Amino acid sequence: MSTLTIEKLTVGYGDGAPVLDGLELEVPDGAVVALLGANGAGKTTLLRSLMGLVPARDGRVLLDGADLTDLSTEDRVRRGLGLVPEGRSVVVELTVAENLRLGALWKKGRKNKGPAREAAVGQMYELFEPLARRRDAAGHTLSGGERQMLALARALVGEPDVLLLDEPSLGLAPLVVAQLLGVLRDQAAATGLTVLLAEQNVTGALSVADRGVVLSLGEVVADRPAAELAADPALRHAYLGF
Amino acid sequence: MERLVFLLSTGLARGAVLALFALSLVIVYRAARAVNFAQAAMAIVPVYVAFAVTAASGSYWFGLASALVVGALLGAVVERWLLRLVPQDNPLPGIIVAIGLVMVLQAGLAIAFGPDHRPVHAPFSQRPFEIAGVGVLSPYDLFVLVVAAVVMGALAILFNRTTIGLQLRAAAFAPETSRLLGVRVPRMVTLGWMLSIATAALAALLLVPTGLGLDPHAADVLFVNAFAAAVIGGLDSPVGALVAGLVVGVLASLVTGYASAATAPLAVLALLTVVLLVRPHGLFAAREARTA
Ligand SMILES: Nc1ncnc2c1ncn2[C@@H]1O[C@H](COP(=O)(O)OP(=O)(O)O)[C@@H](O)[C@H]1O
Ligand SMILES: [Mg+2]
Repeated sequence: MSTLTIEKLTVGYGDGAPVLDGLELEVPDGAVVALLGANGAGKTTLLRSLMGLVPARDGRVLLDGADLTDLSTEDRVRRGLGLVPEGRSVVVELTVAENLRLGALWKKGRKNKGPAREAAVGQMYELFEPLARRRDAAGHTLSGGERQMLALARALVGEPDVLLLDEPSLGLAPLVVAQLLGVLRDQAAATGLTVLLAEQNVTGALSVADRGVVLSLGEVVADRPAAELAADPALRHAYLGF
Repeated sequence: MERLVFLLSTGLARGAVLALFALSLVIVYRAARAVNFAQAAMAIVPVYVAFAVTAASGSYWFGLASALVVGALLGAVVERWLLRLVPQDNPLPGIIVAIGLVMVLQAGLAIAFGPDHRPVHAPFSQRPFEIAGVGVLSPYDLFVLVVAAVVMGALAILFNRTTIGLQLRAAAFAPETSRLLGVRVPRMVTLGWMLSIATAALAALLLVPTGLGLDPHAADVLFVNAFAAAVIGGLDSPVGALVAGLVVGVLASLVTGYASAATAPLAVLALLTVVLLVRPHGLFAAREARTA
């Protein structure tokens, strides 16, 4: 639904050396791009910086040509950008239903009114059966898989144009990962959602992505169609360590 | 027996005020993750305004409404233009600023209105009803109980049944996640302060006619007991504040009646100690989150 453009993005912590140095990347409308790279490559930093959680030292972030650089996190969300942060970011004190309702409140610059909101939440229950069964359970009673499911559902229910995901498969059983990534791929195909998926699970990520981008030491070192990347042992070996 | 009934029923009415004030501490604790040590001073300023408005207009109700409005405004001003400027990475600067604020507000009130007690008339009689010759609640006690119940009910609906309440709770529990869902967290913090100080002002307003009258320190003891109640209840728990407020109110009333007024604070302290020994996070603290 929207194109995300990253221009000369430089990000660092404190006054240390930049973690991302003049990064350039375009995620076209409707594309599913896998963001790969070893631990510490800067994937989380990039995604958090795109959301305005880590300030950029330099460069710009554009959504369909509109500059987001000076906007707060909340306003970026209201412009149609969404992030599923690393580590199953469910609000554990709230129930499943409340987490979903929270995700459905703000949608593309306007407040989602009651009936539309409930309908959107209902769709998520259809998509994620286990959540429907546990809708009144508090977040802290969910399993790891259910939490990540809820985090994804809560991001999808706000109908973002561009969805960023930070290692959603971390620490989850292969079956659960396959299910989550399957839903993500189907949703992207059905709605035209643009996806930037940071993963260390290279095989899983490349199986749902059209394109893979490899990040190393703050720069994009490879940018290829997913199938090509998956099939290139030299590249895998050099940058992904297997 | 008669004495017990009387003490229990007055204890309940005092407990309702305590519960209301404890609830205000819980609301601000949730919003700011800090105990507001200036709560008593901030609550008494709107009561002075209510006193002046009632004197000028002749209407108790105008006074009550103005206390709520001024309380909310004071909460917003203090949060937005004072506490937000204080470093947040450790709680000490905030506490010191709060203590300074107490001094400024209470000294300011003493300068503006004089340090003496001002008698405050209750809007209803304080003479107890008699049932079968036993004195129970006064009409004013009844009024206090009804107002406290209505306000707590309204707050419960606001927090649990509205989207504003959902955002208030989410912002308190998980600020960063909330921002990622489009919630304007700083605005929610301000709103939490507004609700808290308005509630505290109402509690102080209900209290003054039952005490010595209005002076800049009139809510200090209320704050101490309500703080104890809030901690007993679990600081984070509105239900805990309600239950513990009533328990502390009844306990203080019984001890005052059967022993002496001077013993009551000791009894509250003893209760607080026992509860914290048995349940260090308070009676109604949230259960530990599942980690696996
Ligand atoms: N909050 C932080 N403060 C300082 N340095 C950080 C912080 N977060 C990450 N870094 C550093 O930034 C680099 C990239 O980290 P990160 O973005 O988490 O990588 P990835 O998500 O790809 O594993 C690492 O060298 C890490 O040590
Ligand atoms: Mg990471």
